[in-house]
Amino acid sequence: MSRALITSGPIDPTVNLPSVDMSTSLGYFESPAPVFTASGCAAAGKELDQFFDITQLGGIVTKSVMMNARSGRATPRMAETPSGMLNSIGLQGPGIDSFIENDLAWLRQRGARTVVSIAGGSVEEYGKLAAKLRTVDGISAIEVNISCPNVEDRGQVFACDPNSSAQVIQAVRRNSDTKIPIIAKLSPDVTSIVSIAQAVERAGADAVAVINTTLGMVIDLDSMRPALGGITGGLSGPAIRPMAVRCVWQIHQALPHLPILGMGGIRNGEDALQFILAGASAVSVGTVTFHDPSAPFRVQQELEIALAQRGFATLREAIGFAHRGPDVTEVEEEQA
Amino acid sequence: MAPLQITGQVLDVRRAGMYTVMSLTAPGLAERTRPGHFLNIGIGGEESGLLLRRSFAIYQVQSRGVYGGSVDIVIGVHGKGTQWLVDRRRHDYLSIVGPLGRPFTLPKEPANCILVGGGYGTAPLFMLADQLRERGCRVDVIAGAATEEKLFGTLEIKRAASTLTVTTDDGSMGVQGRVTDVLDDIITKTQADVVYACGPMGMLAAVAEVATARGVYSQCSVEESMACGVGVCMTCVLPVIGDDGITRMVRSCVEGPVFRGDRVRWSDVGTVPPDTLGAPTGGH
Ligand SMILES: Cc1cc2nc3c(=O)[nH]c(=O)nc-3n(C[C@H](O)[C@H](O)[C@H](O)COP(=O)(O)OP(=O)(O)OC[C@H]3O[C@@H](n4cnc5c(N)ncnc54)[C@H](O)[C@@H]3O)c2cc1C
Ligand SMILES: Cc1cc2nc3c(=O)[nH]c(=O)nc-3n(C[C@H](O)[C@H](O)[C@H](O)COP(=O)(O)O)c2cc1C
Ligand code: FES
Repeated sequence: MSRALITSGPIDPTVNLPSVDMSTSLGYFESPAPVFTASGCAAAGKELDQFFDITQLGGIVTKSVMMNARSGRATPRMAETPSGMLNSIGLQGPGIDSFIENDLAWLRQRGARTVVSIAGGSVEEYGKLAAKLRTVDGISAIEVNISCPNVEDRGQVFACDPNSSAQVIQAVRRNSDTKIPIIAKLSPDVTSIVSIAQAVERAGADAVAVINTTLGMVIDLDSMRPALGGITGGLSGPAIRPMAVRCVWQIHQALPHLPILGMGGIRNGEDALQFILAGASAVSVGTVTFHDPSAPFRVQQELEIALAQRGFATLREAIGFAHRGPDVTEVEEEQA
Repeated sequence: MAPLQITGQVLDVRRAGMYTVMSLTAPGLAERTRPGHFLNIGIGGEESGLLLRRSFAIYQVQSRGVYGGSVDIVIGVHGKGTQWLVDRRRHDYLSIVGPLGRPFTLPKEPANCILVGGGYGTAPLFMLADQLRERGCRVDVIAGAATEEKLFGTLEIKRAASTLTVTTDDGSMGVQGRVTDVLDDIITKTQADVVYACGPMGMLAAVAEVATARGVYSQCSVEESMACGVGVCMTCVLPVIGDDGITRMVRSCVEGPVFRGDRVRWSDVGTVPPDTLGAPTGGH
């Protein structure tokens, strides 16, 4: 596919800074680059490949796929909100078989690192999805979207309960190749995100993706009814960034060894750096891609500059750097 | 051809009745544009709180000139984003992504074509009319709106058309009534082979119904709310019947905005019909 000419990128290639080793890892998944797309914000990579070379990213995280084809919800599926948006797409997708045959085949042929996001309505469905993926090559990791209603438990969202979250991750772990890292994607709509992170780690998750959207609502003042076909929707974009950084911070503080894929409103390299400093090993760029279809790649370039400007030679040194003890100079000043 | 992501500079902003016509520098866009393509414009600058781009039909393109190419769009103020846009002035910069979408299909042989535009929906019909005539097609235009001031470009489009029929709901210009009140007659008179339409969903539904009833092929450019405009978010879907007879929720930004009028399930837009592929079953 021919690539779009990008003439509006804010990157000045003449910036004279040392290059930074941007390699990172999420469990056994070693990636030369730290910026990923976010599930549901990049389809399966093909459309964005028109705007930048998707093989340069850490990887493509595909739209959450279920066992069967899904039509998704009625429209309107979107409402713009201050510095963000609500969506109620309802996991529209082709089903796992078609996904493997078409989308995954394309990604493999294109040579893009691929993280497959799966979603289910029951613990069993998650297990079956993992078993399907076991039969195909070219997957770097599985991201498990547990922000789905459990049809067997009165529609309770898996991600909101440590036990259900753990059951899903166990089912995926049991049915997956042991060499495939499993990333559990957590919802911020919980009392203690740390306890969910602990539960999924114990169940076999190699990393966590933080955060999924948070539930919101808009009332349309013309119809004086909910603006979305799905009534409520997931809030995303820069509006939720402080909440996302807080979640990353809390999890890294409690579980410093657990790799985190951070996301939520990342718009530029400095936003991404906040997540890294708070404890993320890599980041996903989601909603901002709708504003700038080259955003994931641009953010990756800007992140390298932001790290270099602060004297980091490697990305790894910056992971969780905001958690360090007081700087020596500060201590001296205080004593003076 | 892949869409461009470029920064355009405002060359000119002028009023046209209720609408604003904006010209922007857009090197490389003209060569890629076909009638029915649209583009997306970023609103409010780089740190804008309005994150989503706004979509506009491509009205005119120039491939040469001092600016190395430019594009014109027609803007009707709807809410915050379009208001911000019409407040831009000469020399301001705007971020453009385009051309986007699937354009109108042109007939291979000379054919009799009726072009129906509702409100600013006439905007993409100018380029279409020119290209149809270059192919030896007969072009008849119907332009409709609620009132005279909501019509766009009726004077200019006359040049490219054998006949122009104007309808307004209030009778302030042309025939009082709707475009579909005159469409049937014009299909007969011109022995039309194809009807092209762009405008509000209600109008498109009515036009498609008349055309299909008369056995005339129709192409309708729809306007669904879009978040990304490039096919990655699944916001802009509507129920469309495929070649295999199966209804799917189809993305209007990449598989549209132009659809065959007889394939869109107009009365089901805004819902997921129960026979749609993957529609929720009782359990959901
Ligand atoms: C393919 C296509 C072509 C279009 N061509 C034109 C054109 O040539 N001239 C023109 O004036 N307008 C056109 N529109 C409609 C235009 O995009 C909307 O009027 C505009 O997005 C409204 O933004 P706002 O901020 O003023 O309104 P708001 O209501 O504040 O917008 C809020 C959100 O809803 C979306 N939205 C609201 N109304 C519409 C709508 N009617 N269609 C799509 N999205 C909407 C906006 O994009 C935004 O994300 C087109 C739309 C599409 C999809
Ligand atoms: C339109 C849309 C669709 C999404 N679909 C999914 C999905 O299928 N699976 C998932 O795990 N997250 C999904 N998300 C959530 C994002 O992956 C991400 O976690 C969230 O939006 C926060 O990041 P952002 O602010 O950068 O978008 C979706 C988000 C949006 C806006
Ligand atoms: S607007 Fe995003 S898929 Fe069409």
